[in-house]
Amino acid sequence: MYRYDDYDQQLLDERVVQFRDQMRRHLAGELSDDEFRPLRLQNGLYIQRHAPMFRISVPYGHLASRQLRKLAHLARTYDRGYAHFTTRTNVQFNWSPLEAIPDMLGELATVQMHANQTSGNDIRNITADAFAGVAADEIVDPRPWAEILRQWATYNPEFAYLPRKFKIALNGATEDRVVVRIYDIGLDLKRDADGNIGFRVLVGGGLGRTPILGEEIASFVPWQHLVTYCESILRVYNRYGRRDNVWKARIKILVKALGAEEFARQVEEEWAHVKDGPNTLTEEEVQRVAAHFVDPDYETLPERNALYEAQLADSKPFAAWVKRNVRAHKVPGYASVTLSLKKTGVAPGDISAEQMDFVADWADRFSFGEARMTHEQNVVLADVKLSDLHTLWQLARDAGLATPNIGLLTDIICCPGGDFCSLANAKSIPIAQAIQQRFDDLDYLYDIGDIDINISGCMNACGHHHVGNIGILGVDKNGEEWYQVTIGGEQGNATALGKVIGPSFARAQMADVVEKLIETYIEYRHEDERFVDTVHRLGIEPFKQRVYGGEVQKQRKVAHA
Amino acid sequence: MPKLIKNGRVVSDDWQIVTLAEGETAANAVVPPGRVLVPLAVWQARREKLAGRADTGELGVWLNGSEGPEALADNAARFAVIGIDFPKFTDGRGYSTATLLRTRYGYSGELRAIGDVLRDQFNYLTRCGFDALQPRAGRYTDEQLEAATASLADFTVPYQASVTHPQPLFRRVARGIPPQVKS
Repeated sequence: MYRYDDYDQQLLDERVVQFRDQMRRHLAGELSDDEFRPLRLQNGLYIQRHAPMFRISVPYGHLASRQLRKLAHLARTYDRGYAHFTTRTNVQFNWSPLEAIPDMLGELATVQMHANQTSGNDIRNITADAFAGVAADEIVDPRPWAEILRQWATYNPEFAYLPRKFKIALNGATEDRVVVRIYDIGLDLKRDADGNIGFRVLVGGGLGRTPILGEEIASFVPWQHLVTYCESILRVYNRYGRRDNVWKARIKILVKALGAEEFARQVEEEWAHVKDGPNTLTEEEVQRVAAHFVDPDYETLPERNALYEAQLADSKPFAAWVKRNVRAHKVPGYASVTLSLKKTGVAPGDISAEQMDFVADWADRFSFGEARMTHEQNVVLADVKLSDLHTLWQLARDAGLATPNIGLLTDIICCPGGDFCSLANAKSIPIAQAIQQRFDDLDYLYDIGDIDINISGCMNACGHHHVGNIGILGVDKNGEEWYQVTIGGEQGNATALGKVIGPSFARAQMADVVEKLIETYIEYRHEDERFVDTVHRLGIEPFKQRVYGGEVQKQRKVAHA
Repeated sequence: MPKLIKNGRVVSDDWQIVTLAEGETAANAVVPPGRVLVPLAVWQARREKLAGRADTGELGVWLNGSEGPEALADNAARFAVIGIDFPKFTDGRGYSTATLLRTRYGYSGELRAIGDVLRDQFNYLTRCGFDALQPRAGRYTDEQLEAATASLADFTVPYQASVTHPQPLFRRVARGIPPQVKS
């Protein structure tokens, strides 16, 4: 992973000094709440429902074991002993004391971590494939490019006060595992016929109140121009994005208003001035950054491992875990393991300090000292030997991190919702837990197969509900919490936005609603057809009928009784 | 005389910023004698009359948030001072306007940030090409303004190319690859 040099470290140390003084001036009354707000947000500090929420950046989801241990230490020392992993591969603490934030930033800086631009109207944490570098379907490793963009975006003086937040994601594999179409800029790494690296550029995606999928504005930008091209997009956006209405300020609204073609033309016009300028990347710089992401020292191992295969045959639970939580690796004898943060009874994405220490230990012991966060809020150990899987499984099981449910119904993406977030209209976690409790039979879960349930507690869509096969959105109606349901949303190469099935539901109904949706699927599905494919084949009508039909009849009966 | 920060130091300032009073238009606004910064619209409406004062270095122009550098284009060089107004400190358009004036339109005179300008923006404003920073009257005491000059040096080795650092870090210095950090 990327290791800081003196320049990276100096910038970070200067940031800590800067923020400490800003906090001091704020507490001394020299900086008003309004003036302090954008500054603290650029340092990941929210004022939340119960306490300040502190959001820490994990660029493209990579965590060294010592960084995990630091997070565990912060959770114990300053917070309540746990952290929350988000869909943007950030880490959130929900109970951090305001005055402690500068000290926490200082501690983070000692392990090359920070809270830079994890909020605010600036370029946010950049995400990439959690399986970068190890996936068999990878065309180009996105990590060096993500790091190059991270450096360009960090404390970029021109783009620190954009009309709204700005999110960039990179995908370098055949299968899109980052959902590039839901970002302000989505970058698909490609190779041309001669093997040269370039980027397909998608702009104007985003969820939130107005969900829109990004549109292609360039089919192949050669790698040298990655930064100048992004700079051009940002400059057009900074100058012409709307600033009069917070709900219309995202770049997607500008792209929509102008049309993708006209927006692309304006970017090209701007780019003509900066192309080949100083921000043009050099072979040397790309190599320097890429050298941080070379393969670890893999052992030369046979493709198959007899002991491992015997273990698989011996233990059904181990085999079930391998089936769902272990992925093939590009190197023979290795596999990638996803540790589930979706155990029933625990808020999705939450991880205790003790568990973070465990993961750090396993990363050291089994996976070259590195762990990764996924946008589905789980943790990946990317480089585990087949011969170590059984041991790792036992350890993970004892630590509550081996729920064999990756990609299944209980592997729910869920924002913190109204339990913590001051923006939320409704709670999310109890919905996730009710659904997890309802579907507690593993055999049934396996029978249902691949399905994504995504839950957001408000329009801001941190839980990515629009692209869930089943999406649940908390809404406020006259001060009461209600939940709107969409189906047919999808992540990945066929990214799609779900359709609303009808009027919203009370919290107590939600597990029933999901159960009825699943029953309908089971009844109508073709063999080997996923839930979302059944929805796409049949449309929402049969699902809607099942969910609302019975209710309507019941109500009528009551009325006639 | 009001104070502002110029080239990193607190100095007294004798420029007057002209704004349109209620009922005034660009055509009939009062432009007092002495050193004045007039709104772009006033310059555009009365260019013939004001050109002489601009050429003797007594007249500058200021752009509001939505006025881009294109509005000045070839004329930029004739002003001793160009102001860019920040209607709110969170409105970041002026950063791009300044960058373009310096890098694309070749403006080398004084570039002054006016309006809702706070010390926490000083470093970024400077890097985008502002050499004069003028917080709203009364926002800072003289002592606070003096202390605020420290913010100019918030970040000393920025990554990306900008006006003050025309080359990005990777072109300015040789950056090696540090050894693997042991966990």
